[in-house]
This record gives sequence, C-alpha cells and structure tokens, in this order.
Amino acid sequence: MNAAVIVFPGSNCDRDLAVAIEAVTGVKPTMVWHRDTELPANVGLIAIPGGFSYGDYLRSGAMAARSPIMRAVTAAAAKGTPVLGICNGFQVLTEAGLLPGALMRNAGLHFVCKPVGLKVETSQSIFTSAYASGEDITVPVAHHDGNYQADPETLDRLEGEGRVAFRYTGEVNGSARSIAGILNDTGNVLGMMPHPERALEPAHGGTDGRRLFEGLLDAVTA
Amino acid sequence: MKARVFVTLKPGVLDPQGKAIHHALEGLGFGGVNDVRAGKLIELDLADGTSDSDIEGMCKQLLANTVIENFRIERSETA
Repeated sequence: MNAAVIVFPGSNCDRDLAVAIEAVTGVKPTMVWHRDTELPANVGLIAIPGGFSYGDYLRSGAMAARSPIMRAVTAAAAKGTPVLGICNGFQVLTEAGLLPGALMRNAGLHFVCKPVGLKVETSQSIFTSAYASGEDITVPVAHHDGNYQADPETLDRLEGEGRVAFRYTGEVNGSARSIAGILNDTGNVLGMMPHPERALEPAHGGTDGRRLFEGLLDAVTA
Repeated sequence: MKARVFVTLKPGVLDPQGKAIHHALEGLGFGGVNDVRAGKLIELDLADGTSDSDIEGMCKQLLANTVIENFRIERSETA
C-alpha cells in the first residue's frame, strides 16, 4: 500500500507516523509537503500527522486546512481514499470541513500528555476492523486542543450512524460525550486525538495502536 | 480602508480560557464579575472598495470557525 504523509511547517509527528506505516505495510510512505498540489499516483492512504502546524496560529489546524495540498486531499477523500488524521491531523480535518465539529482548548486548560484508556466504539470501519467493538485499549495522547465539540444534533447523528470510532474511558479534555475519534459519513476519513503511532512497539510502553495500521492495511489491500 | 473583525465564541460554547480569566480576576480581588468570554480582534488593512461580501468571505473561510464562533465586521473608511 502506498501511503502519503502530509508535512506542514510545524508538524512533529510526521516521521513517527511514517515509521509506523512502514513498519506495518513494508512500504516507505511518500512525504508530501503542504505546498505541493498533487498526491502521488495510486495513493492508498493519506495520513495527516500530529504537531503544531503553523504554530497553531489563529486556531489549531486552521492555516494547514487552507494550504494547497488540502485541495488534493479533499478531492481524494471524496473519491473514497482513506484519510487518517491524528491529533493536529484531526484538527486539520475538522477545519477543512472533512469531519464535523471542532477541537477546542482542553477543559482543564492544561496540555495533556499521557497514556489514556479508549473504548473502540465500532469495529465496522476500515480503521478499526482489527479491534473488537467495545474493546478497551490504551493509547497515548499529547494535546492542548483536544476538547471535541459539536452541536447536539451532530453528536446524535455521529452516534446514531456508528461514526464515533473511539471514546475516552476517563476524563481527559472535556470532549463532548468523551469522543476521542470520529469517522466521516462515508467511513473513509478518521480523525482521532490519541496517537496510535506512539503505541506500536513494546518499547513504546504499549502496542495497542498497531492494529489500527494492520487493520487498515488489510482493509485497503483486501 | 480598514476593517476590524471581532471573533467570539457562540453562546453556549464552553470557554475554558474565559473561565480561567474569570478565576484570575477573582483572585485579584475583583468581585462582581459574572462571566468572562474571550475572543479575538483581527484588524485588516484593505484595498479601497473591498466589498462587504469579500470581508464576509474572509471571515467564513478562514478568520472564524463558524462551527463554534460568530464574527462581527466593523468597517472604517478613514482610519
């Protein structure tokens, strides 16, 4: 599977994400600079990494969401290409309108950096097929703006359509209904605040993130 | 011409920063503060004749995230 990792000025998880993707797929992803306007041909996964794109100026993810490459990402997403946004990548996807809602300052105002418990809310997605629905996993978070908010109708729709992918099992950042990750209406775009690429090897302190990439590889190459 | 864009959180949207400011004001001994909401002021220096709809477009496409924020535009031709 050919993957592209989008790199913005201020991205800082791009290399970790590339290492994780290569470890699971065996193929080195293409690093795509934000000013590029085209993605590599036959890209099977677009990954938007964590970090502080544009120094979080204006709002987290706001500037990155308007950068040239995002037109190509939006077009690819509309055609069904899987798009995975982690942490700042999730913020970029909401700012770009590829996912509903917004990620606001953590309710406790503190930057939160620790492993957190997550419940996999659905295994019925290309991103979560290697997990069991209802399974508890542990994946690290590291964010200041992870407080997911949307209007009640949107939240009800997300829940009703099985589009909440992950939920925090404890209080982390004030997110509405403890939402940690959501899918778009066609299921090919996932945004999540926790960092699965930081839970890949035993040396990371946990390997619960690995199955996200393994399941995705199976789903995309099946 | 210049325009000032005021970006504020929509009513009902939790504002942790406003809450922290409120708390700090109380800590300084300022009583009687019922609530604090923090927002942004963005000043634009624009070509003469920039239309209202252009400025509104700037607000909707970038300056405000209309999922959570409202905006208000204040134009001044002479400033």
